[in-house]
Amino acid sequence: MKGKTDPDDRVIIIRDLCKSFGTNRVLDHFDLDLHRGENLAVLGKSGSGKSVLIKCIIGLIRPDAGSIRVLEQNIQGLNREELDQIRVKIGFLFQSNALYDSMTVRENLEFPLRRHSFRLAPAEVNNMVMEALRNVGLEHTVDMMPAELSGGMRKRIALARTLILKPEIILYDEPTTGLDPITSLEIINLINAIREKFGTSSLIITHDLKCVKLTADRIAMLIDGRCNITGDFEGLKSSSDERISPFFN
Amino acid sequence: MIVSKNSRVFLQETGELSRFAARFWREWLKPRYEFREFIRQCFVIGYKSLPLTGLTAFIMGLVLTMQLHPSMIYYGVESLIPSMVGIAIVREVGPVLTALIFAGKIGSSIGAELGSMKVTEQIDAMEVSGTNPFKYLVVTRTAASMFMLPVLVIISDAISLYGSYLGNNIYERTTFILFFRKVFESLIVADIIPAVIKTFFFGFAVGIIGCFKGYFTDKGTEGVGRAANSAVVVSSVMIFILDLVVVQITDLLNLYN
Repeated sequence: MKGKTDPDDRVIIIRDLCKSFGTNRVLDHFDLDLHRGENLAVLGKSGSGKSVLIKCIIGLIRPDAGSIRVLEQNIQGLNREELDQIRVKIGFLFQSNALYDSMTVRENLEFPLRRHSFRLAPAEVNNMVMEALRNVGLEHTVDMMPAELSGGMRKRIALARTLILKPEIILYDEPTTGLDPITSLEIINLINAIREKFGTSSLIITHDLKCVKLTADRIAMLIDGRCNITGDFEGLKSSSDERISPFFN
Repeated sequence: MIVSKNSRVFLQETGELSRFAARFWREWLKPRYEFREFIRQCFVIGYKSLPLTGLTAFIMGLVLTMQLHPSMIYYGVESLIPSMVGIAIVREVGPVLTALIFAGKIGSSIGAELGSMKVTEQIDAMEVSGTNPFKYLVVTRTAASMFMLPVLVIISDAISLYGSYLGNNIYERTTFILFFRKVFESLIVADIIPAVIKTFFFGFAVGIIGCFKGYFTDKGTEGVGRAANSAVVVSSVMIFILDLVVVQITDLLNLYN
C-alpha cells in the first residue's frame, strides 16, 4: 500500500554522516533524504549501522561528523529543551519495544503525554490513551502489565505509545524482527494504516524483505557505512549489482 | 601485566563513578523536579525495607546481649550491659549492619532494575519521551536512599535496643524504664550525631553505586546479573571504607572524650 509523497518536501536530510566506535567505522559519509508522507526502508546486514543511524537522528547517539536536519532543524545544534521539543514530532518504535515493565499499559501510554503536556485534564489523558489503543486494536489491555502481553501485542502497544503524541515522523527499528509471519503481517498492515490515517513520514530500519516490499515506497541500501543506492523494491530486486542481489535472493 | 590491567580498570571505573556522583550533585537541585517519583522511591526503598532491617536489628540486639551476658557476669559488671549494648548499637552495629542489609536489598534491586531497563532500551525510550533519565531514575533513587537509610537506622537502633532489653530479661528481671534509662545515661550527643550523619553517606553510596552499575550495564541479561552483584559488593566495601573514615574523623576531633 503505497502513498503520495512530495519529493521536494523533505522532513529529514542527512549529509556526510560519520560515526565510528573505536576503529570500527559504522557510518561513513552517509547521505539520506526522507520525503514528507514517504515510507523509506533502510536495508542492510545485521551490524551494518542501521540502528546507529536512527539513534543519531533522534539524538541518542552523537555523530562524529556530518549534519542531520529534521523538520528544518539541525539536530546537533539543539540544546536539551529544543531537542525534547523536536522529539515530540518524532516517534520511535524500539526493536525491543522498550515498554516500561514496572508500569501498566495505561501508565506506559500516559508517560510521554505527561512529560510533554503538563496541563492535560485526567479525562483528556484517558481519551488520548484509549484512542491510541483503539488505533492498534488493543483497548482491552489498558490495565494489563507488559509481561502479560504477547510479543505482537507488546509491539502494538509500543506503537500506540509512539502514536500518542501524533508525531510527523516515525522511526521504526526492526519492527517485525522476532515476530511470527502472521503477527509480522499485522504490524506491516498497521504501519501502512498509520501512514494512511495520519500522513506520517516513516523511516523503517529492517532486514525483513516482506516488510520492505509491503511498506516501502523507496529503499536505501546501507552498505559499508554508505548509502549509494536507492530505489524501489522491484528495481533493486532485479539489480545485477553484487552488493544488492544477495539481499533479494 | 594482569595486575596492571586490573589496576587500570579499577582506576577507570573509580573515575567514571566519581563523574557519575558529581553529575548527581549537579542535577539534583536543577528543575524539573521529579518529586512524585522521589516519594514513590522513598516508599519502595524506605518503607519496604523496614521489615528486613527491623528483623535483623531485633535479632542483633537480642544476640549481642545474650552473647555478652556470661562475660559480664564473670567480671561482675552485668549492670553495665545496657550501657555497653547501647553504645555498640548506636555508634556502630546499628548503622553498619542496617547499611549492609540495605546494600544487599536496595543496591542489588537498583542495579538489576536499571540494568534491565538499559538492556531493553527503556532508558533510551525515556530519553526520547522528553524525560531526563538521569534525573528520573538516578537522582530520585539515590536521594531516596540517602534520606531513607538514616530513618531506617534510627528505627533499627530502637528495635535493636528493644531486642537487647528482651535478651537481658531472659537472665534477670529489668524494667523497661530502668533498662532504657541506663542506655541513655551512657549515650552522649557525640555518639548519636556522627552515627546518624554517616548513614547519609552510606545511603548515598548504596544509591549511587547501584545506579552506576545498572546505568552502564552491557552484555545483555548476563550484564544485569553482574550489575546487581557488583552493586552489592562495591557498596558493602564502600560502607566499611566510609565507616573507617568517619571513625578517624571523630577520633581526630576527639568527640567521644
